[in-house]
Formats: sequence, structure tokens, C-alpha cells
Amino acid sequence: MIDVINLEKQFGENKVLNGINVTIEKGDIMVVIGPSGSGKSTFLRCLNCMEDPTGGQIIFNGVDIADPKVDINIHRRHMGMVFQHFNLFNNKTVLQNIMLAPVYVQCQDLRRAKRQNFFLPFTNLFRKEKREKAAIATTAAKITAQARENALSLLRRIGMEDKANVYPSTLSGGQKQRIAIVRSLAMNPDVILFDEPTSALDPEMVGEVLDLMKALAAEGMTMVIVTHEMGFAREVANKVLFIDEGQILESGTPEEFFGNPKNPRLRDFLSKVL
Amino acid sequence: MGNLSQKIDKFIESFIDYNGYVKVVEGLKNTLLIAVLGLVIGIVIGTLIATVRVIPKYKRLPKVLNGICSFYVALFRGTPMVVQLLVVYYVLLPILDVHFTGLQVSILVFGLNSGAYISEIMRGGILSVDPGQMEGGRAVGLSFGTAMRKIVIPQAVKNILPTMGNEFITLIKETSVVSFVGAADLYVAFNYIGSSSYEFMVPYLVMAMIYIALVLIISLGIKLMERSLGKSDRRH
Repeated sequence: MIDVINLEKQFGENKVLNGINVTIEKGDIMVVIGPSGSGKSTFLRCLNCMEDPTGGQIIFNGVDIADPKVDINIHRRHMGMVFQHFNLFNNKTVLQNIMLAPVYVQCQDLRRAKRQNFFLPFTNLFRKEKREKAAIATTAAKITAQARENALSLLRRIGMEDKANVYPSTLSGGQKQRIAIVRSLAMNPDVILFDEPTSALDPEMVGEVLDLMKALAAEGMTMVIVTHEMGFAREVANKVLFIDEGQILESGTPEEFFGNPKNPRLRDFLSKVL
Repeated sequence: MGNLSQKIDKFIESFIDYNGYVKVVEGLKNTLLIAVLGLVIGIVIGTLIATVRVIPKYKRLPKVLNGICSFYVALFRGTPMVVQLLVVYYVLLPILDVHFTGLQVSILVFGLNSGAYISEIMRGGILSVDPGQMEGGRAVGLSFGTAMRKIVIPQAVKNILPTMGNEFITLIKETSVVSFVGAADLYVAFNYIGSSSYEFMVPYLVMAMIYIALVLIISLGIKLMERSLGKSDRRH
């Protein structure tokens, strides 16, 4: 689903990613680990062009999204992202946080279709093969109602329906992160990127977030996760990457990765964190 | 004190009997019109400029726009309001051969001028919003402009509301110079009353009190607005 080919990223003189090659298949749970400053977060942020790669390609659903000419916003709709610091919209309620993007994006498509239909008689004058008007079956009100329904059912799923109309500032860290996960789910993404989702949480709240992620994994969601939770990696992942100094030093299934690490740097790293 | 009560009588006489109050109401209306419309134009211009100035600069178009905006801000912050009024009214309009009234010119210049100041205020406000908010918006597929409009700017506005109130108060007070281009504001009205009764002490005192009252009312309004916008904060 995602093919990363020779990905490079430079901040000024500082080379952070040094030719990363990796393939993420549909249904993969890929966990990326590495010491701090190794480039693992940068790697994840390059996957949806939060940081523009300075070299290489990222082929997502057949399109090279590292190409600056590509409209990245369209592809990001299929690629959710969950941040270390949640990044919920502070000026919106929980429900609005979840509904905002789906409603906006669909209404935008609706407006575009309407505009094209409106100008169709004029543009058809210049066409040899006349086109038919596109059928518009939906309205803005329907889209909103649908999104609200969807958002509420997602909230129900994580047991936070009663928090629908509060602002994020009143929630705990774990609740915020679960809302953030649900917010990216609301776009029905093909893959979700997790950037250290539990690192900013109190220890007692880590569990609830990991449980939600496990549930997603069990449903077959494709996920790329940067984390320090080794137990989680071992239990849930089907592929683990070790990145240091901008390169993949070792990758494999969690059994061989944790059971029989070959790279000396990885062995050193695991001995410190396990 | 007998002197003063005489003066007050004189003022009341020219205020009521010689239609002074019509002038004052007219002047008050113009003062508020210039300040409010100036602020509205200023907010629109300022927000646009601030947005341009925070766009990441690795393409050519933002660089060019940024240069234009910097020039604009430097121009309008670097000259006094009176000079801008005079230049627009007596230099620019005759050259372009268009006819605006003094009031229209004042509104325009106040808008352009406050746009320059508000752009800096707004830029500070936008930079004060956690960059994660923009990232969160971009990550769900919103464009830079949409994320700015729906998420960052509403939060920025909340942060800068007190400063924006200051800007409005400054505008109200600055309107006292629009008589340079022949617009009839509060100062013109009280000056008229004063010169018709040969007595300036009381009219100017009343004028000062009206300005103070205006500013106090506006401060109160801003306080109320801040409270209603603070709903998404923890303190409520």
C-alpha cells in the first residue's frame, strides 16, 4: 500500500533520513523503534508529507506523494495521523473535532460537483463529446447528519458519548488521545500513522489508548506506529523496524526481532530498554 | 464659580437652542462610523497580511507577496495618520481624478492604517497558537488556508482580543484629526458650538467626557466578548 523508496530528509546541513526503503502492505501493523534523535519520528512525518522529503519517493496507492506537484490534501484524507500531543482543535467541541474534516471535505466535493454541473452547458459548447450532468444525491444537511451519526457511533464505541459537547481542555490525556484516534478514524483512512501516541500520557492512561489501538489492529486497520512501548510492539506488531542515524538497521517479525537481534546497535538498545 | 455657571448656561443655550446637539449627534455618528468601518477594513486587511506573512516561504509566490506586505506595513506604520489623510485627500485623489468626500477618505485611510497595525497584532496571535493545531488540521486533509480559517485564526483572535480592543480605542481617539480633510467628527461639532458662542471651556470639557465614555463602553464590551469566547478554556 505504501512503498517508500530511498527516502531522504535533510534539515539544512543535518541529514536526518539516509535512504529508507520499506514496504507497508495492507493490514500491516508496523512498529518503528529507535533511540531518540534517530529519525523515526521524521520518517513517520515524511510518510504523509508533514515534513517534505528532500529525496526519494513515497508511493501511496499508486501515486508518488513526495512529488510537490501532487495535491497532498487529497491523499492525507486516506492517511490518518495521531500525534504525541494529541493536537485536538481547542476551539471546537469533541463532536465538532470529529465531524469537522469529513463534513468540510464532503461539502467541498459537493460544491465542486454543483459548480461543474452549473457550467456544464457552457463547457459542453466547446466539447465534441457532450457530457452528462453528474448526479448529486446528497445535500449539505445530509452530509452533516451522516457525519454526526458516524461521530456519535465512534464516540459510543470508546464509551465517551457523554463527552460529545465538551471542549478538549476539560479532558484527560488518555481521553484526548482516544478522541484524536477517533478523529482520524472518522475519515475512513486506509492507514493511520501514530507518532509516539502514549509518550505524553500518565502511566495509568497508557493502557486505555493501547487497548483502542489493539482493537483497531484486530479489525485489520493498517497502522504505522512509532513508540517506546516494547511490550505493545511484541504483542501487536507483525513487523518491527529499528532505525538509527537515519537508516533501517534491522527489520523483521517481532519474534526474531526481539528474540534474536543481529545488529549490535539493536542489541545494545534492547538491553537498555527491556 | 458664578463665571462657570454662566459658561454652562451659555453652552446649554447654544447646545439646545441653536441646534448644537444636531451637530454633536452628527459628529458622534461620523466618529463611530470612521472607527468601526476602519476597524472592520483593518481586520480584513490585517488578517490577510498576517496569513501571508506566516506561510512557509519555500515558493516564489509567498516570497513576493511577503515583500509587498512588508512594504505596506512599513509605509503605513512609518507615517502619521494626519499625513496619510492629507496625502490621500490632497495628492492621491487629484492625481487619480476621483472624488471622495472627506468622510469616505477618512474611512479608507483609517482602514488601511489599522490594517497595518492589526496585521502585526494578528501575526503575533497566529504565532502564539500551538503549531500542533495547524498540523492536526493538515493531517486530516484540510488545506493550509482552511486550517488557518477554521482552526488557527479563531484561536488567534481569542488571544489578541484585548490588544484588538486597544487598537479600536486608538482608532476612536485618532478620529479627532479627520477635520484636516473636512470630515465632521465630534471635534468639529464642539468646535462649532464653541466658536458660535465664543466660549470653548465647557464644550471641550464635554467633548473629553464623551470620548472617555465611549472608551469605557468599548472596554466593557470587549470584556464581555472575552468572557463569551473563553468557553473553550479550562476556566469557565
